[in-house]
Amino acid sequence: MSGKMVEIRWHARGGQGAKTAAMFLAEAVLTKGKYGQGFPEYGPERRGAPMRGFTRISDAPIRRHCMIENPGIVIVLDSSLLDSPAAGVTAGTAAGTVFLVNTTDAPAAVSKKLGVKGAKVHTVDATGIALETIGRPIPNMPMVGALLAVDDMLSLDELKGALVEQLSSKFSQVVIDGNLAAIDRANKELVSA
Amino acid sequence: MEQKLVALSGNEAVAYAFKQARPHVAAAFPITPQTEMMHKYAEFVANGESTTEMILVESEHSAMSAAIGSAAAGARTFTATSSAGFALMWEVVYIAASLRLPICMAMVNRALSGNINIHCDHSDSMGGRDAGWIHLFSENAQESYDNGIMAWRIAEHMDVRLPVMVNYDGFIISHTADALYMLPDDAAWKFIGKYNPAYTLLNPEKPITVGPLDLTDYYFEHKTSQLAAYEKAPAIIQQVSDEFADLTGRRYGFAEEYKLDDADMVMVLLGSSAGTCKDVIDEYREKGVKVGLLKLRTFRPFPAAYLAKVLAGRKAVCILDRSASFGGQGGPLYTETRSAMYGLQVPVHGYIYGLGGRDFDLKQAASVIENLKKVAAGGEIADINLLGVRL
Repeated sequence: MSGKMVEIRWHARGGQGAKTAAMFLAEAVLTKGKYGQGFPEYGPERRGAPMRGFTRISDAPIRRHCMIENPGIVIVLDSSLLDSPAAGVTAGTAAGTVFLVNTTDAPAAVSKKLGVKGAKVHTVDATGIALETIGRPIPNMPMVGALLAVDDMLSLDELKGALVEQLSSKFSQVVIDGNLAAIDRANKELVSA
Repeated sequence: MEQKLVALSGNEAVAYAFKQARPHVAAAFPITPQTEMMHKYAEFVANGESTTEMILVESEHSAMSAAIGSAAAGARTFTATSSAGFALMWEVVYIAASLRLPICMAMVNRALSGNINIHCDHSDSMGGRDAGWIHLFSENAQESYDNGIMAWRIAEHMDVRLPVMVNYDGFIISHTADALYMLPDDAAWKFIGKYNPAYTLLNPEKPITVGPLDLTDYYFEHKTSQLAAYEKAPAIIQQVSDEFADLTGRRYGFAEEYKLDDADMVMVLLGSSAGTCKDVIDEYREKGVKVGLLKLRTFRPFPAAYLAKVLAGRKAVCILDRSASFGGQGGPLYTETRSAMYGLQVPVHGYIYGLGGRDFDLKQAASVIENLKKVAAGGEIADINLLGVRL
């Protein structure tokens, strides 16, 4: 493996858009000359069930096709999963792992709950932002906006450009504008420990 | 050749490849994880990007039957399936090959029931390994797309005239967004070209009979002529692959040889797990361990002479099967490869792994290399081993 590879694991509930975000990010980084791989873990595909998604981003073509056991970044779209050992939010994480959690709680409280020594914990109220900007509690795109505040894999403008390209054929301008606003706000409102 | 870098799922990639062949007819029935591939194709047709006539049948047996009728009528034809869908086609899968119809099929590999499981293993296509189709395997979205382009040239070549299935791993490839290079439509069309059927059902100038009763008097002779096609197919597969390499820069043969030149130890396998192994092989190579990978692309026709040549003189070889042969001697890849290696005096052992989509991870790949090291140093190991299972 030559070059740097970022491995992201998404924890969410069915219906929150984690699959879309995991795959969208893999596509968006192509514009930056990077390689992306994105996939969900398919289980009982039902709304509200815990699910995981995976994104790899690399300077070199990505060859491995396994799940991500030791993520550099963990993104949690539903904070109730922090209370569920079965969700395995902290599995394979260590000092230095970046956690990005959708919650109204402060990073210190989330850190305590996670119990991963040396982890870098950030929080953002992505659901609140989504309700105010998009009008629906879909926290996926705001979480991608927040991610760019802790990793420079893409600039905000590059992300927004990719989003417009992806969504313009499927959604109204109102929905697109809502998502763009959500990305901006989450990027600014991220709280770090 | 200017090629576009895109991110697509394996299903989308194969849908594009097939669309670029401008097939006249597609007949298919939905089954996970193939469904998304036909969703994409239906979208092409609905958008006017493809003029393919879609026959929405009531079962996979009907899908293959309709494909056979269509191909016999002289139309370029494809279908797509997975798992139980392929099992339901069973009877007519043989007929497609026996009638020498160049149908292409996307085979999105998925475990067979029971218990019911939607995830990847190769037990579906392996069940049909003696049915007479050409089986191409793909590691990632790029190879799925490339095989989806080359399949037409191989199937329709007059020395072959056999159906081709393009295998790619369910979910692991079919539902993963992956970066790949795509040919522009006109370049793909120029490469694939127009289909010229030798016979058609609907030509009164040249009437033919298709699929008559064939008993003790001639059946055997007809099977003998079918068998001859598999002798000719390897050269055509290589010829088409070489032309494809000239066009795209991506080179294919019967297998990919990864760090094999000086390798004392070799892993042999099919499909997406090859990429995971390559990353682990690189780590071992940095430590000076001479291990390499042979990723088979053509499981049918099985390149026995090629494998015997490549695997001769190695200190240890292991073969990884993503399917089991119940009551048999290891998985299908193991029995065939070991048979090809007869007389080589190379220690060989096998694994069954990843059944029902069980993740094949970096640790499992490393454990395989550790075992290869032991065997290469004269150690013993069971003929068949299970990998990544709770015992």
